[in-house]
Amino acid sequence: MYAFDFVKPSSIDGAAEALQEEEAMALGGGQTLIPSMKQRLAAPSVLVSLGGIAEMRGVCIADDGAVCIGGATPHAVVAAEAAASYPALAALAGGIGDPAVRNRGTIGGSLANNDPSACYPAAALGSGATIVTNTRKIAADDYFEGMFTTALEPGEIITEVRFPVPQAANYQKFLQPASRFALTGVFVAKYADGVRVAVTGASEGGVFRWSEAEAALSADFSPAAVEGLTVSPEGMIGDLHGTPAYRANLVKVLTKRAVAAAG
Amino acid sequence: MTKVSMTVNGRSMSGDIEGRTLLVDFLRQGLGLTGTHVGCDTSQCGACVVHVDGKAVKSCTVFAADVAGAEVTTIEGMGNPDGSLGVIQQAFQDHHGLQCGFCTPGMVMSAAALLAENPKPTEAEIRHYLEGNICRCTGYHNIVKAIMAASGQDVSAVAAE
Repeated sequence: MYAFDFVKPSSIDGAAEALQEEEAMALGGGQTLIPSMKQRLAAPSVLVSLGGIAEMRGVCIADDGAVCIGGATPHAVVAAEAAASYPALAALAGGIGDPAVRNRGTIGGSLANNDPSACYPAAALGSGATIVTNTRKIAADDYFEGMFTTALEPGEIITEVRFPVPQAANYQKFLQPASRFALTGVFVAKYADGVRVAVTGASEGGVFRWSEAEAALSADFSPAAVEGLTVSPEGMIGDLHGTPAYRANLVKVLTKRAVAAAG
Repeated sequence: MTKVSMTVNGRSMSGDIEGRTLLVDFLRQGLGLTGTHVGCDTSQCGACVVHVDGKAVKSCTVFAADVAGAEVTTIEGMGNPDGSLGVIQQAFQDHHGLQCGFCTPGMVMSAAALLAENPKPTEAEIRHYLEGNICRCTGYHNIVKAIMAASGQDVSAVAAE
C-alpha cells in the first residue's frame, strides 16, 4: 500500500481536526479499510485512528431506554455488552466476520463504509437508529444513500449510534461463506408504533426497508402475513453467488424466518 | 519512520516503523518473531492471529502503530518457560492437529483465545470459533480434538468416523 502519516488522537475534537487534512481518512478497526488500502482502492495521505478515543467505546443505556453504542466499539464488545438489553442486535454483532475480525471491526466503521452486504446497516435501519456524529444527529432513514454512500460529510465522525429497543426483533443472515458477509440478510423489529423490516445484501442500492412487509406485519406479526407478498428482482444484486431472482426470493424467506424467530 | 514500543510475550520491545507497517511485518521483520505466518494477507485465513491485550486479532490487518503500548502475545509466547510445548501446542502434537503446520500458529492462538473465554467449549463451539482460521491439510477434525483435549475434555466422541 502507499505510504501515509498515521495519527491517533485521544479526543473527538483532535480527530476532527486531523481529518481536516487533505485526503485524510478515519480508521475504525480497519477490517475493510486496510484490505482496501492494500489493493490501493484507498490511498489516504493521513490515516486518523479513532481507536484511542476512550469516550467513543462501550455500550450504555440512555435515559429513554435506547441502547447507545460508541462509534469505535468493536463487534465483539457489542455482542457481549448488548446481549441483555438488545439481544437481536447483540446476535447480529456476534455473527459478523469471525472472532478475530469482531475484536477489531467497529460499528462506526461498518456504518460509515455502508457495504451493501454488511450486517450493521440492516440493524440501524431496521431499528430506526440515530447516527450521532461529532456535528449532528442523523436518523437512519436519512443516513443510507446507496451502495458505499452515506449522509456523512467528509471528515465527519460517527461518535455514537442509538438504538431504540423493540418489543421483539430478529436478524436472519444467509451467509456467503467465503466473505462471511450476508448473501442476503433481513432485520425485523416490532415496535409499539409498527414493524420495521430492513434488508441488506440484496439491492444494488444498498440497505433498504421492505415497506409492503412492514405494513403487513404491523397488522399481523406472523410469517403468514408476508406469504402473499412478492419482491421484485429488479435492481437486485446479481453475481456468481446468486441471481437477482434468487436474492428477491431470499428477502421473503428470511423475513418469514425472522418473524418466526422473533415470536 | 517513527519509533513504536509494545510488550511482546512479556518483554518490552521497540522498533522503527512506517505508518503503513502492519503488525505482522513488525513482528516478523522488525522483531524476528517469524512464528506468526502470513497466509492470505487479506484477513481471511487466520494464520497471522496473535493476541493484542488478550484478544485474538489478525495481525495482517492491524497497523503496528495502532497497537503501540499494547500487550501482544504471539506463538513464541505459548511455550512453557523451560522451552517445552505449552498445553495447547502439546495437544496439537498428541492429536496430530497439523500436517504442513502453516496454519498452526494461528490455530493455536485462536484456540487459546477461545479457551480463555470458554474453558470447556463443546465441539460445535470450537468449530464455530475457528471459522476465521483456514487449514487446507487436516480437515479440522484433529484440530478440534486437540482443542478438546487441551481443555481437559474427552475427545473420543469428536468426529469419530
